[in-house]
Amino acid sequence: MGSYRRAMTYHHEHTGPAIVTRGLTRHFTSRKQTVEAVQGLDLEIGQGELVAFLGPNGAGKSTTLRMLTTLITPTSGTAYVAGHDVVTGQRDVRRAIGFVGQGNGAGHRQLGRDELISQGRAHGLSRADARRRAAELVEDLDLTEVADRKVSSLSGGQRRRLDIAMGLVHLPRVLFLDEPSTGLDPQNRANLQDLIRRLHAESGSTVVLTTHYLEEADALAGRVIVVDHGRVIADDTAARLKSGLGDLVRLGFGSFADASRAATRLERVPDARVEVEGSSLDLRVLDGSAMVGELLADLAADGVPPTRVEVARPTLDDVFLDLTGRSLRETQSTDTATDTDVPTETESEVAA
Amino acid sequence: MSTFVADTVNVMTRELKPVWREPMAVVFAMIQPLVFLGLFAPLLPEMAGGGSALQWFVPGIVAMTALMGASFTGSNLMEEMQSGSHERQLVSPLGRPALLVGRALKEVVPMLMQVAIIVAVVTPFSFDLHLGGVLAAAFVLSIFSIGVGALSFALALASKGEDWMFWTVQQTLLFPTLLTAGVLLPVDGAPRWLEVVSKLNPMTYVVDAVRALFAGTFPVEVVAQGVAGAGGVAALGLWVGVRAMRRSS
Repeated sequence: MGSYRRAMTYHHEHTGPAIVTRGLTRHFTSRKQTVEAVQGLDLEIGQGELVAFLGPNGAGKSTTLRMLTTLITPTSGTAYVAGHDVVTGQRDVRRAIGFVGQGNGAGHRQLGRDELISQGRAHGLSRADARRRAAELVEDLDLTEVADRKVSSLSGGQRRRLDIAMGLVHLPRVLFLDEPSTGLDPQNRANLQDLIRRLHAESGSTVVLTTHYLEEADALAGRVIVVDHGRVIADDTAARLKSGLGDLVRLGFGSFADASRAATRLERVPDARVEVEGSSLDLRVLDGSAMVGELLADLAADGVPPTRVEVARPTLDDVFLDLTGRSLRETQSTDTATDTDVPTETESEVAA
Repeated sequence: MSTFVADTVNVMTRELKPVWREPMAVVFAMIQPLVFLGLFAPLLPEMAGGGSALQWFVPGIVAMTALMGASFTGSNLMEEMQSGSHERQLVSPLGRPALLVGRALKEVVPMLMQVAIIVAVVTPFSFDLHLGGVLAAAFVLSIFSIGVGALSFALALASKGEDWMFWTVQQTLLFPTLLTAGVLLPVDGAPRWLEVVSKLNPMTYVVDAVRALFAGTFPVEVVAQGVAGAGGVAALGLWVGVRAMRRSS
């Protein structure tokens, strides 16, 4: 991805933040019940950031994305994307953004390359430029083998790459990806994450994605916005979100008595939280992994040497648990069961 | 070129790509009218004036093909609504009216291909080809197809991706429209109520005009009514369709 940058220019140069929202709110009414999918979102995302919206299904991530990409209009509040109002400047927003939705952007009856060309034409490229740009993307996204086949015959991973290529045709200032890795196997998911990281580094575009995979948000995004029940409950780098929590040091002992005795001793560690369950003891403390050696020596000296040691760095799941009292993993399984009561985010697009 | 025209051309070009890539699909889509042609035509009595039955029947089958093809076309949009491809186009800068109008205009192309095939199939039999008349009829049918296609897309948008809803409405309307337009059997001498329904059906005028033109005649009043009928359907279809498309974003 180098040569086209000289040939193409952005439609609007704009120096402010890529995304600004103020009190952005969206309600859905279904069976006389009002669901507040997104409630008073205040956000600022700078140019060139790589941001992940993380939260369980139904948290409001996709609704937020759909408002920012002009697919649905906010109930109240404002949002500016690349300097344009998502309500009054829809066409300008659409020109400036790329969008990779949850489904397949490429039509199933079309050939992949045809779709890339059509998308380029839709964004105002000349026929020759559209064809050249399609060829570049086919090569860059490793689609050479499949670009001239019918989209319906492509595998899930190939379609996803094609969809991303479609979102990149016009060098968008802001690229939105809605649950990009859903439905992909672990290998394809890892490849996709590499691809997103590389595209972000090479293009300098702002990239905003939603995910309910903790690992993905953790591995990919410079900034993680944790969303729950339509509100932002945390917004920071993954490292800083986790660093507040401390490491988990899990120690096993020969008996409950030993564990209790160790607990009394460990409670003296500053800012540590200690819990005993049976003969096992959990110690959560900042930089716990660096303290383990010292702790073990101290406990051995006290006559209660642990029989088993495990050290775990905090995960984003721990962050979510800490913020909401629920595990993100649990939320996922229960949410799918109750999803039918709430208008799903895809349904609401049609309703809106 | 204004944005609307450019957008419309872009949408139409995209919609036509599968037609050029797989022209056989156009033939498969007309199996049903061809079956009607093969099974019904031999049953028809000789016409009063000694004209061949085909001469009367073929224009009806042509109109039927146009109606069927264009009324099915919403299912393509429905598929794109379900797959996510429609959503992707809604996020593109293409104007909403162009997303509908470009699709509806595209319907003319497969319809013309089908008319050409039917005419080619029947010409070796007792069918007199009046090329000028066939071309004029194809013009009237083009307007009609655009209208029916637009209505079909509007139905797809209104069905919100629910297949059963689309097909139930489409099938419920399809056959009454065909029959009361006098496509398969003449409506002359029908009971009063049927005659009234037939007169209210815009396709009746389209079929009458196409029959006259296929016969090599040009009765101005009949042709004008046919154009008006097709134009009415087109105006209604585009108006309803564009409204539905604007609401879908």
